Amino acid sequence: MKIFITILALLSLLSSGHASTIRVGKNLPFKTITEALQKAKEYDTILVEEGLYHEKNLIIDKSITLKGIHHPVLDGEHKYQIISIKANNVTVDGFTLQYSAVSSITDYAGIKIYNAHNVSILNNVLTDTFFGIYSQYGTNCLIQNNKLTAHNTQEQQSGNGIHCWKSDSMRIIGNTVTGHRDGIYFEFVTNSIIWRNQSYKNLRYGLHFMFSHNDAYIANVFEHNGSGVSVMFSHGVKMFHNLFKENWGDAAYGILLKEISDSYIEGNYFERNTSGIFMEGASRITMLKNTFRNNGWGLKIQASCLDITLKNNNFIGNTFDVGTNGSLVLNTFVNNFWDKYEGYDLNKDKIGDVPYRPVSMYSMVVEKNPPSMILFRSFFTSLMDKSEKVIPSLTPENLKDDHPLMKPLPL
Amino acid sequence: MKKIFKYVITDILRNKTVLAYTVFLLAISFSLFSLEDNATKGLLSLLNIILIIVPLVSIIFSTIYVYNSSEFIELLVSQPLKRKTIWLSLFAGLSSSLCIAFFIGAGIPVLIYEPTVTGFMMISVGLLLSIIFVAIAMLATVITRDKAKGIGVGILLWLYFSLLFDGLVLFILFQFADYPLEKIMIGISALNPIDLGRILILLKMDISALMGYTGAVFRDFFGTHAGLITAFVTLIIWAGVPAWLSLRKFNRKDL
Repeated sequence: MKIFITILALLSLLSSGHASTIRVGKNLPFKTITEALQKAKEYDTILVEEGLYHEKNLIIDKSITLKGIHHPVLDGEHKYQIISIKANNVTVDGFTLQYSAVSSITDYAGIKIYNAHNVSILNNVLTDTFFGIYSQYGTNCLIQNNKLTAHNTQEQQSGNGIHCWKSDSMRIIGNTVTGHRDGIYFEFVTNSIIWRNQSYKNLRYGLHFMFSHNDAYIANVFEHNGSGVSVMFSHGVKMFHNLFKENWGDAAYGILLKEISDSYIEGNYFERNTSGIFMEGASRITMLKNTFRNNGWGLKIQASCLDITLKNNNFIGNTFDVGTNGSLVLNTFVNNFWDKYEGYDLNKDKIGDVPYRPVSMYSMVVEKNPPSMILFRSFFTSLMDKSEKVIPSLTPENLKDDHPLMKPLPL
Repeated sequence: MKKIFKYVITDILRNKTVLAYTVFLLAISFSLFSLEDNATKGLLSLLNIILIIVPLVSIIFSTIYVYNSSEFIELLVSQPLKRKTIWLSLFAGLSSSLCIAFFIGAGIPVLIYEPTVTGFMMISVGLLLSIIFVAIAMLATVITRDKAKGIGVGILLWLYFSLLFDGLVLFILFQFADYPLEKIMIGISALNPIDLGRILILLKMDISALMGYTGAVFRDFFGTHAGLITAFVTLIIWAGVPAWLSLRKFNRKDL
């Protein structure tokens, strides 16, 4: 450890020319981080030893590296915001933060970035903070390997885990968020990436995403959230290889897509959600190689959607594959695998010869009148579905996959 | 009573219809379970069989059997036996033989392939439905004297419970779409044993689809012990009340 610290100190010396390292601890000259901060110059490193620190609101207004050894605990005493970052090039690494203030007027956070760039927040553990990590006008910041836990039961009393507002080029990587209102919250955030995070058992959304253009989220896990994931009013969103699982409830969706355009949804996995995807007012979206398994509805696509292309997706074991609310269909379904397909393949090219209509009559009825769920799987409804298949009248004529696959894709 | 019961049972077992019914159920259940790659899906297909075939066979077979043994019943009535004993042993004989047939035909494959809570629920619902439709059939036979008319009534009753009732429910739902009908639907489902049985099985099976608001209301009710017990008591009432009514009628009937 000592060698590591020396190397680190040396490195920081090298990079800044005349930066030094200040140590804070119980038996050291500096007892609190606030004192050390006052003494520190630009590009210094402050090393904090193990222990419990009551720093009130720690305001970092210099470009320094603040590093905890064995996770020293910073306590907000339920009264203060814990760390406020108001300078560029700040690193906060390896702390445990607990008990920030809770307020319905001010957004108190564990760590809040005010109008700064190149800030790194690494390897922290945040317990019962109101907002967890909050970026306001942050640019090119890195939030990595933090673990955020809260234990609230009411949305009003709870803030978001990682909250970014009017930020740009953010990298949110490998964090774990649970028990907050929204796991990860993006509003007016552009050109950012959310990669390999886990967001589960949050009160509202696992990921909440608004007015945030040209962002990507890749290989995240969203599980057991109150209402799943919501992506709204954005364009150029890329969603790759995420797992959406067990989001249950009438208004809970694997993903809720509202007013999204020019986006890609590829290689995601939707399992055991009430609805895998709910789309409203979405346009020009390409969906490739996703798997919808054991959902209530695989995909709910409202008639307000336009130019959605679904290709090479697997629909397996869903109660209803596709649901819709009107007869207008401006979307393309092609080469998907549907486990309910009953067609044949005479020329053995692995593509079914008759089209598949994924919307059943009964799913239209349920869409119009939810209590008719009581007739689910009754003789009457299956008779209804069968007769509708022969002569489609209520279900949209054009919502069909003309070339369904005979075998599931290996995804 | 024991003697009549024994006689009825041996008579029914000698009759090839029940044997054929057993073999048919057995063949269908085994083929469904081995055709589908996962057992839950097999269970789902079996659900339709249970909800359609079991009531149909129970009601038709019982009606025909009671009519065919009318001479035997007349003979028994002339003996120093209570009418109640005769009628109840007939009911017990019919329902137990159909239950045995169902248990061997569908119960054993389910126990082999899917010995879960869902499987047990399915078996118990199937057994109860067998008894309920025997009771309904006996009521239908005691009311109508004519054999052809009696069988017609039986078929109509089956059609009503498995098809027309659901149509009516859908009609009501759309007529009163502006009102919150979820809670009322629980009450309405109690009016049809087939629907009640289906909901009981489904709540144990694919939950995610039913987890919408309607599903949540059903789950809140049928998911609790009290709700489950209420549902089963309702099913037993569905067997008991027609049987009791038919007994009353039979006691006063001029044969």
